[in-house]
Amino acid sequence: MNFAIVVFPGSNCDHDAYHAAKHVLGQEAHFVWHKDASLGAADVVILPGGFAHGDYLRTGAIARFSPVMTAVQAFADSGGPVIGICNGFQVLLEAGLLPGAMLRNTDMYRCEYVHVRVEQTDTPFTGLCTPGQVLKVPIAHGEGNYYADDETLDELERNRQVIFRYATSSGEVTAAANPNGSARNIAGICSRQRNVVGLMPHPERACEFALGSGDGKVVLESVVNALARA
Amino acid sequence: MTARVFVTLKPSVFDPQGHTITEALHQMGYPGVEDVRHGKYFELTVPAQTADEARALAAEVAHKLLANPVIESYRIEVAE
Repeated sequence: MNFAIVVFPGSNCDHDAYHAAKHVLGQEAHFVWHKDASLGAADVVILPGGFAHGDYLRTGAIARFSPVMTAVQAFADSGGPVIGICNGFQVLLEAGLLPGAMLRNTDMYRCEYVHVRVEQTDTPFTGLCTPGQVLKVPIAHGEGNYYADDETLDELERNRQVIFRYATSSGEVTAAANPNGSARNIAGICSRQRNVVGLMPHPERACEFALGSGDGKVVLESVVNALARA
Repeated sequence: MTARVFVTLKPSVFDPQGHTITEALHQMGYPGVEDVRHGKYFELTVPAQTADEARALAAEVAHKLLANPVIESYRIEVAE
């Protein structure tokens, strides 16, 4: 499988994503500069974490107009798997590839391990998870307070588009387990077609036990498995 | 011509920054400031001939870029 990892000016988890895809999973991976019009040979696209364009104006607001986003949109429209992690999720929201928006965290910047419960397993990035599985993954963000109006939230629930929720280590979705004020403890969602996924936690930074947790590996393994079966 | 664009969170959207600023003001001895809503202010210099033209251009860029319509609304003032 070939992972295309988009690099915006200010991305800083691009190498973490590359390391996870190339060295942990043993897949092909290459970087794509945000001014490139083509993704190259890509089976999966990762929009990595960081601070694209310094988070100026709003997180992801400038990045969504980068030339590469036209190619990302076309790749997503054709059913290709796209994952936006942290800042990448914010870019997908601004681009309208996923519904909703990010507000500032209710209190402050949070950099710590959290637990998320896997709500849906019929997406390319959660296919190897078991329903209700709890993953220990890190977050590092100041603007991960997911917002959508009630109507949109209800629609997300109806279509089973909420795929990760902040939870306790035993999988209970509680207010105390919500690190940023996100509506309905939402940590990650997918598109209506299910191939575009965005989440605030960093699975790519939790692919090796030496780094504190190996729980995130299943997210990237899932997409490799999904493509191998396709 | 100058178009001034004020972007604020919609009234229905909680404003974590405004809330934190309000708390700080209360701690500083200003309990009379009951609430703060945090927003953004832009000054656009545009080559428009008329105020309506300037307003239309400002509205277009406010809608496309300066504000995120999911969470924010905007107000425009035009000055000669």
